[in-house]
Amino acid sequence: MSSETTTEPAPLSRRERRKAGRSHARDVAYGIVGVIGELLITLGVLLFAFLLWQLWWTDVVGNRVQADIVAELPFEPVPTATPTASGAPAGPVVAPPRRDEPPVMAEPPHATTFATIQVPRWAGEPERPISQGTDRATVLDVLGAGHYEGTAMPGGLGNFAVAGHRTTYAKPFNRVEELQVGDPLVIRTTDNIWYVYRVTSTEIVDPSNVGVIAPVPGDPGAVPTERLITLTTCHPMFSARERFIVHGVLDYWAPTSDGTPAELLGGA
Amino acid sequence: MYGWLWHRLPGPAAVRALILTVAALAVLAACFLWVFPAVAPFMPFNETTVGE
Repeated sequence: MSSETTTEPAPLSRRERRKAGRSHARDVAYGIVGVIGELLITLGVLLFAFLLWQLWWTDVVGNRVQADIVAELPFEPVPTATPTASGAPAGPVVAPPRRDEPPVMAEPPHATTFATIQVPRWAGEPERPISQGTDRATVLDVLGAGHYEGTAMPGGLGNFAVAGHRTTYAKPFNRVEELQVGDPLVIRTTDNIWYVYRVTSTEIVDPSNVGVIAPVPGDPGAVPTERLITLTTCHPMFSARERFIVHGVLDYWAPTSDGTPAELLGGA
Repeated sequence: MYGWLWHRLPGPAAVRALILTVAALAVLAACFLWVFPAVAPFMPFNETTVGE
């Protein structure tokens, strides 16, 4: 009905046409800028989501997966004392330290979880799995800490070298900087042996410094006479610039059938 | 871009908002499950080993 009543608009003057053309060009420009702006905002939101995933979600998934791995390891039960008539309390048995020649297991296949690590200094941290290999896709990002292939196994002569994330992916070595000389690092293998190491030193090195995981740290090629442990993780946090290194030496070992190391019972 | 999307969607405003929310969550889930794990190895942090 309106089309019948409207009159044909008067032809635009040249000036008006130019004005209309300019405003159309301006609309297009604003439209392009608007789309670019929306794309940038979207990119920002996605970057924020990536941070959320990397800094939070990988920890959520990693903690759950690593707890499951530890729970499913074929550990034999560690004995606990039964309450006696004389009134001795029930509870864990302290394993007597043994300082004779420790048993050493053979290196397992890649990505096999063969041990756990517990660090009393990191109170509140769960028992963490240690698996064979140190590449991120198959071990460090999915299984937790990883054993450098070719380095000594727990209790062995040489250097039992382990890498772990300090941030993200459940960050097993997050609190590495809290360690002090003399702190126990308790390793438990699937051969049901405890190995209690003690921290001897920490250092910060370049990523290329493979000498820290040599059988004799800092002296590649030397014949090892000590049973050492070395932890490597990133430093500073959220950076790949350097590596934080913890060295330790075996204090004693004990079969898990003898009990639990005093270090895990708040004893030392 | 989002304005164009909004106008192309059917239904009243509440339905459009619901569709967009579900779509946004789907994109986020895809990122968490596939995109971010694929991108993470190229990020310049998180290297914990020596000798590489």
